[in-house]
Amino acid sequence: MSTHTEHQTQQGREPLDVNTPGLTRFDIVREGARRDDIEIVHYEPQVAPGTKAERRLVRLVAWFFLLSGLVGTAFLVVYIWWPWEYAPGRGSDKWFTPLLGVTLGLSLLGVGFGILTWGKKLLPKEVSIQDRHEGAVSEDERTVTGQTMLYMADELGVKRRPLLGISLLAGLVPIGAVAAAPLVGGLISNPHKNNQMFTTGFAPAEGGQRVRLVREDGRPIRPSDISAGGQLTVFPGIEHGISNRHADSPTLLIHLRDEDAQESRQANERVGHGDYMWGNYAAFSKICTHAGCPASLYEQQTNRLLCPCHQSQFLITDNARPVFGPASRRLPQLPIEVDSEGFFVAKSDYTETIGPDFWERP
Amino acid sequence: MKRRKFDLAAAPGKAAVGLDDRFQVATPLRRLLNKVFPDHWSFLLGEIALFSFIVLLLTGTFLTFFFEPSMTEVVYDGSYAPLRGTPMSAAYASSLDLSFEVRGGLIMRQMHHWAALLFMAAIVVHMLRVFFTGAFRKPRETNWIIGSLLFWVGFLAGFTGYSLPDDGLSGTGLRIASAIMLSIPVIGSWLTSSIFGGEFPGTIIISRFFIAHVLLIPALLLALISVHLGLVFKQKHTQWPGPGRTNGNVVGERMFPRYAIKQGGFFMIVFGVIALMGGLFQINPIWLFGPYEAWVVSAASQPDWYVMFLDGSTRLMPAWQINIPLGDGYVIPPLFWPTVVLPGILVGLSTLYPFLEARHLKDYRSHNLLQRPRDVPARTAVGAMAVAFYLVLTLSGANDVIADKFQISLNAMTWAGRVGLLVLPPLAYYVTYRLCLGLQQHDREVLAHGVETGIIRRLPDGKFVEVHQPLSAQDHDGHGALEYTGWVVPKKMNRLGALGPAIRGFFYPIEKPVEAPVSPGHPPVEPRPERAEISSGSESRH
Repeated sequence: MSTHTEHQTQQGREPLDVNTPGLTRFDIVREGARRDDIEIVHYEPQVAPGTKAERRLVRLVAWFFLLSGLVGTAFLVVYIWWPWEYAPGRGSDKWFTPLLGVTLGLSLLGVGFGILTWGKKLLPKEVSIQDRHEGAVSEDERTVTGQTMLYMADELGVKRRPLLGISLLAGLVPIGAVAAAPLVGGLISNPHKNNQMFTTGFAPAEGGQRVRLVREDGRPIRPSDISAGGQLTVFPGIEHGISNRHADSPTLLIHLRDEDAQESRQANERVGHGDYMWGNYAAFSKICTHAGCPASLYEQQTNRLLCPCHQSQFLITDNARPVFGPASRRLPQLPIEVDSEGFFVAKSDYTETIGPDFWERP
Repeated sequence: MKRRKFDLAAAPGKAAVGLDDRFQVATPLRRLLNKVFPDHWSFLLGEIALFSFIVLLLTGTFLTFFFEPSMTEVVYDGSYAPLRGTPMSAAYASSLDLSFEVRGGLIMRQMHHWAALLFMAAIVVHMLRVFFTGAFRKPRETNWIIGSLLFWVGFLAGFTGYSLPDDGLSGTGLRIASAIMLSIPVIGSWLTSSIFGGEFPGTIIISRFFIAHVLLIPALLLALISVHLGLVFKQKHTQWPGPGRTNGNVVGERMFPRYAIKQGGFFMIVFGVIALMGGLFQINPIWLFGPYEAWVVSAASQPDWYVMFLDGSTRLMPAWQINIPLGDGYVIPPLFWPTVVLPGILVGLSTLYPFLEARHLKDYRSHNLLQRPRDVPARTAVGAMAVAFYLVLTLSGANDVIADKFQISLNAMTWAGRVGLLVLPPLAYYVTYRLCLGLQQHDREVLAHGVETGIIRRLPDGKFVEVHQPLSAQDHDGHGALEYTGWVVPKKMNRLGALGPAIRGFFYPIEKPVEAPVSPGHPPVEPRPERAEISSGSESRH
């Protein structure tokens, strides 16, 4: 086989005595490469020393480096002296980051192109061939290593002394579990604590006190605050009701026009929600039943509510039934009425689960 | 003058001897310096990912000095006037401070983000290169698997990273992520509750994401990248076929100095480009989004580009809910399929591909020579199919923006995506397959008949023919005897050196002399005189 021939050539080759007088440094380099099974088959200077071409390239590389230094200095000047602090309407601070980017970028590019030109144009081109030695894996070696490992297993004697193996396993499994226990035990958190997945901020307080619907600034809402066809994002009027602590509570209160309200009431009747609306007002959860984004783009003309994340569309006049897109469940409706002081309140909490679906939602 | 006891010129040599006495490094160091790397522009794509990763580590470390991974509610009192007095999390406030209060903080933030996008882009393009050239074949399957894992770990790194500022956009992303976890059958609610420490959003997710983003995931990335590079080193790089190149050798340059210098220069260029982008192109202007509030969202809420295909798959998924009528009833929501099952399938398919192909072709040999995509039409077509699938999903991830900008109905965009997802990949397969065959045929044609010269000759009977320049001696039928060798066939006369000598122009030669048609960047390899007969037989060595 030629592999062997080649190896014999390599090994049979008289190694060059690197102390032979008269050897050039390149001779030694080539000898070193040969010892690593690398043959430099082509080595060609790209520019002759002392020529105009060489001088031009050297100048070019030098320019790149000097430019880099110059722009790098400009970076420092900008960084130190440019009025960078944000002030409304000043404008000069707007140029700070772009100037830093341009100066930093150009100085890095200068170094980069300088180095590249140096390496690519000034250094000799070469072609070297190295053997992969992939075929050199010998069966013999594999056998020796394999036998060594098997011997080690024999010496341990787990096969002959099964008790050792079994007891080791029995002893180590709990240890492994000990490593995992704090991680799992510490992190695990019951999703159904306080029935949190099924309640929102609109759940009446202990004494049956109904929760008011409030605006983002906390003020309660009168029916006259929303004109027909209008809508308003409302929150439970409780402590922290208007915050991410009640991320499942934001609700859309819609004042439907007469004919739409009529349609909505009929739709409500069909699903047994006959008393969920108050007058022409209906309230639906704003949290999309698909992935939990706020479904917030309400189109008055078609009474459709669109979630901008994945474009699920809900038809408000049909119990917010999903009519397009990936959502499969209607938006839950909040039963509302107006209390004695004339403000909107939630008659009860939502009667369906808010937000994205999950396995055990009944 | 006193004689100098310390000979400065001999000092490095002495130090080197001292080192070698202790560590015996001379031989391994020479091996390293001499290691031969094949060179081709397409081998540099992975480097871009590596260099971006280095920039990510540098800029990211800077950011950690100022970022406060806490969801404690604070009232903003910084210099950005429009948000002053707004209640927000400490994480968002410190991200704002990074942008407005820290000198040079904004460019660091933007460089970090651009480097992340570039990192993922380079990974994807590098992966395509490896796929289409067959570089994943035995013995490199392990590295292919590590590479595809790197994409997914990078994906996680990116997601945890852009979730950290806790602005309106990232909070929406987190909300969707929590919904995705919720959708997993049986364990969904427990998993979500455990990760978020209770109901969404809770008060701890930012700190948990922070430690994942700055410690756990980078450590994993670093480990995977090290093994990836180590394997490239150990197994030696693949190379294109060409003169003197066989399955058993590596033809290229020794690592030092020229190859290493070019790498160093390339790193500076990647770094410089990231700096330019970080300074000039605004990215993720969190101060415009406001703090995350569960009830606020805007249209065109898109994730970073490498997440968009999942956003697209989610949008295209029909509302197919599976109800399981047991006990109180159980649900598998439609969200589960495009966001959990689909990525699972993609991971499985991509990791298994090398083995599937080897099994299909019954090819269990080691391959160190790359293949041109046209020479393996089936694989290239499968790749094109995957790319088409990915593109449809990614575009669908932006279908609301497309619908808005081009005045198209949003629902029509969704339907186009649904249909396109089923129709375009097979179409891409067919078209690519035919293109590959056509290209193959043309190569063979040129080898047989020669290069078209553009010279028209009129025959005595009035017929016009084009003169072809044969590439080799021809037999009596006028056919060349050259075999196709898996590398570029010259198709233009100037590839054969048919141009006149170069005339030096102002900036550049007006006519650039073309090197002989071998692999780019190398002069033709002369056969090694003393080993000529051996290398000719080495094709069949293994």
